[in-house]
Amino acid sequence: MTEISKTDSEWEPKIIGFLCNWCSYTGADLAGTSRLQYPPNIRIIKVMCSGRVNPQFILKAFQEGADGVLVSGCHPGDCHYIEGNYHAKRKLTLTTDLMEFMGVDPKRFQVSWVSASEGKKFAEVVIKFTAQIKELGPQNKLTGGDV
Amino acid sequence: MPDQSDEITPQYYEDVPLEDDYLMDVPEIAMMEDAVLEMGSDARIVSEMAFRKRERKLEGDVLIVGAGITGMQAALDVADKGYRVILIDKSATIGGNMVKLDKTFPTNDCSICTSAPKMVEVSRHPNIKLLTYAEISSLEGEAGKFTAHIYRKSKYVDPEKCTGCDDCVPVCPVDIINEFDEKLAKRKAIYIEFPQAVPIVYTIDYDACVGCGSCERVCEPGAISFLEKSEDIEVKIGSVIIATGFELFEPLEMRREYGYGKYPNVITAMQLERLLSSFGPTEGKIKRPSDGQAPKSIAWIQCVGSRSKQLGFPYCSRVCCMYATKEAAIAKESDPDTEITIFYMDLRAYGKDFQQYYDKAKEIGVNYIRSRPSSVYQNDDKSIAIRYMDTHTREVTESSVDLLVLSTAIMPSKENKRLAEILGITIDENGFFQSESILTDPIESTRKGVYLAGCNQGPKDIPDSVAMGSGAAAKAMEAIIDREQTIPEPPPKQKDVSGEKPRIGVFVCHCGKNIHGYLDTVEVSDYVGEMPNVVYSTDVMFACSEDTQKDLRERIKEQNLNRVIVAACSPITHGGLFEDTLIEAGLNKYLFEFANIRQHCSWVHSHDYKAATQKAKDLVRMAVTKSNLLTPLTQETVGVTPSTLIIGGGLAGMRAAIALANMNIQSYIVEKKPKLGGTLATLHTLFPSDVKSSDIIDPVIEKVKNSEYITVFAGSEVETLEGFIGNFKASVKIPGGQEDIEFGTVIIASGFNEVDMTGLFGYGDNPNIITQSELEKQLIDDKLPKTDKVVMINCAGAMDKERPYCCRIGCGVSIKNAKLIKEANPNADIYILYRDIRVFGKEEEEYFADVIENKHVKIIRYSEDEPPIVEQAEDGSITIKVKDQVYGEEFALPADLLVLTAQTEGSPTNNKLMELFKIPAGAGNFFIEAHVKIKPLDFATDGVYFCGSAHFPKNLADTIAQAEGAASRAAIPILKGTLILEGITALVDQDKCVGCGICVESCAFSAIELIDGKAKVNDALCKGCGLCTATCRSGAIQQKGFNDHQILSIIKSSLYEVF
Repeated sequence: MTEISKTDSEWEPKIIGFLCNWCSYTGADLAGTSRLQYPPNIRIIKVMCSGRVNPQFILKAFQEGADGVLVSGCHPGDCHYIEGNYHAKRKLTLTTDLMEFMGVDPKRFQVSWVSASEGKKFAEVVIKFTAQIKELGPQNKLTGGDV
Repeated sequence: MPDQSDEITPQYYEDVPLEDDYLMDVPEIAMMEDAVLEMGSDARIVSEMAFRKRERKLEGDVLIVGAGITGMQAALDVADKGYRVILIDKSATIGGNMVKLDKTFPTNDCSICTSAPKMVEVSRHPNIKLLTYAEISSLEGEAGKFTAHIYRKSKYVDPEKCTGCDDCVPVCPVDIINEFDEKLAKRKAIYIEFPQAVPIVYTIDYDACVGCGSCERVCEPGAISFLEKSEDIEVKIGSVIIATGFELFEPLEMRREYGYGKYPNVITAMQLERLLSSFGPTEGKIKRPSDGQAPKSIAWIQCVGSRSKQLGFPYCSRVCCMYATKEAAIAKESDPDTEITIFYMDLRAYGKDFQQYYDKAKEIGVNYIRSRPSSVYQNDDKSIAIRYMDTHTREVTESSVDLLVLSTAIMPSKENKRLAEILGITIDENGFFQSESILTDPIESTRKGVYLAGCNQGPKDIPDSVAMGSGAAAKAMEAIIDREQTIPEPPPKQKDVSGEKPRIGVFVCHCGKNIHGYLDTVEVSDYVGEMPNVVYSTDVMFACSEDTQKDLRERIKEQNLNRVIVAACSPITHGGLFEDTLIEAGLNKYLFEFANIRQHCSWVHSHDYKAATQKAKDLVRMAVTKSNLLTPLTQETVGVTPSTLIIGGGLAGMRAAIALANMNIQSYIVEKKPKLGGTLATLHTLFPSDVKSSDIIDPVIEKVKNSEYITVFAGSEVETLEGFIGNFKASVKIPGGQEDIEFGTVIIASGFNEVDMTGLFGYGDNPNIITQSELEKQLIDDKLPKTDKVVMINCAGAMDKERPYCCRIGCGVSIKNAKLIKEANPNADIYILYRDIRVFGKEEEEYFADVIENKHVKIIRYSEDEPPIVEQAEDGSITIKVKDQVYGEEFALPADLLVLTAQTEGSPTNNKLMELFKIPAGAGNFFIEAHVKIKPLDFATDGVYFCGSAHFPKNLADTIAQAEGAASRAAIPILKGTLILEGITALVDQDKCVGCGICVESCAFSAIELIDGKAKVNDALCKGCGLCTATCRSGAIQQKGFNDHQILSIIKSSLYEVF
């Protein structure tokens, strides 16, 4: 793979998606089973629960060159681990504030609840988020920083 | 979508008019037979030949008929105890009716999300033999030695070869009505019912197939087999559980009143569920059938076919009030401008949290009208005009809605009569299966060794069905408990790979064209082959096929692989398969890694070959990064103390103990009162049977006292508790001393209490103002006061701000006691003041109708805003003022006796139990289950279960079903003997831990505690969610398999080439 220069006119954003095993990963599977098409920019990292997503992961992703980060878990009340997604919600809300503080557009970071039956919603979230990141352009603020 | 043959467009509905002929059960055949001949295929002829039966024999311990949520629960409960289950279902997939629902009340959980993991668990369980598309044709023998015959229809698709790719569906020329989508869509002759179907194997509908052979030609793995024969299977088992579920009333015969089948915009509630479902015909959008537009107004009519002897069935269907409330609230929330109306008779929000759910629906603008519409007709614009009497104005009114939904009755399956003959059991007057005794043994059928669970015995909601499924599993044990258990063979010894340099093998799957058609799998395999530590990489046609599995095992040996990556479909569906292959090859299953290049790549980027190939390379590279960092994980085992502690010696606790004793399991009952019997022992007779409660409870107490398996500590309480699932220790304070006991599991059956009524409705000042339980006592002692004029106030202290829930049992108790008074004193003038009459259980509606018609008990409905007012004169005489909500009249009722049907609440001991067992309680201090629908008897804390009114007040049948269900749950760890713990757990680095305790607070499973200022994880309780890891500020606690180093490395690897 050749490193794509961020100034290249052919620039394509790099997006990381942290998905919980029980709802959103399965929802992404359903998007596939339903052959719903979405842009190929997202790389999915599976975690057991959205509550596992440490804010450090988000910052690390941006530092390593991600242009956008998506976190997705079960809808409030549906968590396989009872309340992990509530913890995620609280933590990630603070992360958004922190990003603003550091000068990274919080629009580069999104939390969406996608259930195992919402293949369509997953595809829609990815389509919309990718378009949003494309509009924002490359993320250079944190790249190379130390987290 | 695999189960839908057409794009959904508004025109779609015009293709499928809701006319009589359409609703016939005859499939439309789109192609004529002569067209088949022209195509020159002889497949049909071949398949005709193949229709002859093949025969085989199977042995098991329990046969379960019906694999809906109830049958699945029963199957898992039996199989987990180490006994072999043969589970059959007449559909091509398991899951039953629950998977058709969009969401479930009262939590709005996604229905398929909660049932799908159970379906997968059933299909992968080594002790469950699953036969779909199969029906029972005979049952001979007796409990302990039954012989049944199963007829399994051929699916004409080889389950070993079918990859679930869906290639066969678009080429099929036949369109027929999709019953799964409640006739709102079409499907092909080759189909799966829904994307999450289990097993994911397509089925050829023999009756609809024209035999053109198109599917056979496109099927790359060659799974279509017209020569596959149907089978006649002889099975030998010890017990049988019938969990065949229900059907829904199709209101065609009410066409004149409600226009179903006549007007396109009149649909049933189940059809609406399919419209709401994200994998339904409209992908979750409510559209009206006439033109596909979103309705601006929707109305529901309740009790269509229920509570009516003339049109349908006399009983209450139990679930309609709540599902209509759920559907209405979802419709309102998705578009707040939609006008939503529910026409109801009584709003039966009787269950746990139901009333609050109903209140919330009212708050967001769902309009409830208490009225039974007389008729509907269609306006010119296809909207539906509803004619009804407004209960406030007493005038006949009309209102028009865009969409009318009929909440139709749960009815017995039409098959029940035939099935009852086959099984040698009886059906009741409504067509449901008859219990041996609804009072003492709701789960036993009229034939010994054959048990009933779920809705085939009467309408029920999901948790009651699941509890009954578990209960049936406990009962089914009785005849087979002395058989040898079938414990899956231990896997071959694992190779020790610790300290070895990673040697990774990568298998990139073509999945026929499903992956290879959209990206270059060869390029992916070549690319990954260059990475460090990857010693072997190849592309394979079908990674899941038996020959590739064999190849994989051989490569592991030949190449001395110690890590394996498969780049194919999804770990959710196929992860277990490959993990098993690793285990067979002597590798730890945690050394396997999946790269999902089908669902997450080829199928979603089908139009960009280059980008899809690049993404697949990235995904496999990420998997290699992770694989390099994987370590083998051990799953610890712990022994189990073979006994159960039961808190509470009421009916629930005692029946649980008896069920355990029947499984040869020791139990200890700790009862705080000096005598066994609980609330039931304080009652006079029971609703709706009029049986003396002493006739029920005394034999149970006797049985408990005589059982060699049960030890009773009366007048005792648990003082301290330590340990966890498998090994608990408690110290029990007994009269005049203390007893230390050890046990493996716990059942909480602490019951309920009447709320103190002091200060309400004049209670406390006047001896003639009493509660129902005081009345019961007077009835037992035969000391009734003067009863010429009796008034009962229902919902006293209930459904208000302080206690917003419904007590569930009060209506029945008041009706029963009114009848008793009337029988003792035929001159008695009795009024029941009520808010809704909530009688929903088996025979309850009929009992209520009888009391009103034949005992002349008068009922007055009052509004929550205008509760009755009790006035007492100086001489103590009582007058109750009440405004009738229906007729608007005000009454002043003099009373010799005022009986308050008091609200209920959890036992006062619950607070201590919460602390001891680390279990939560909610409204009314009733305990909260692990999952309101599918885990109604479990707590989130493993090894602790509950039943009876500790969960929520309930009647006899439901209590017994729950008690036997809880016994089944509690018996699983004990009969297993040893517990294999989760491998992916959290681990604390003691040097880094600062003892702040944040992880302890964050853990929902009470798996972490601070010992000497350091966090310690209990592997027996840890579920491996990783929340603590994300919470720890020192990086001291790490989730195995998902530690910070692993995830941070994958993050890097996902963004650029790290190697």
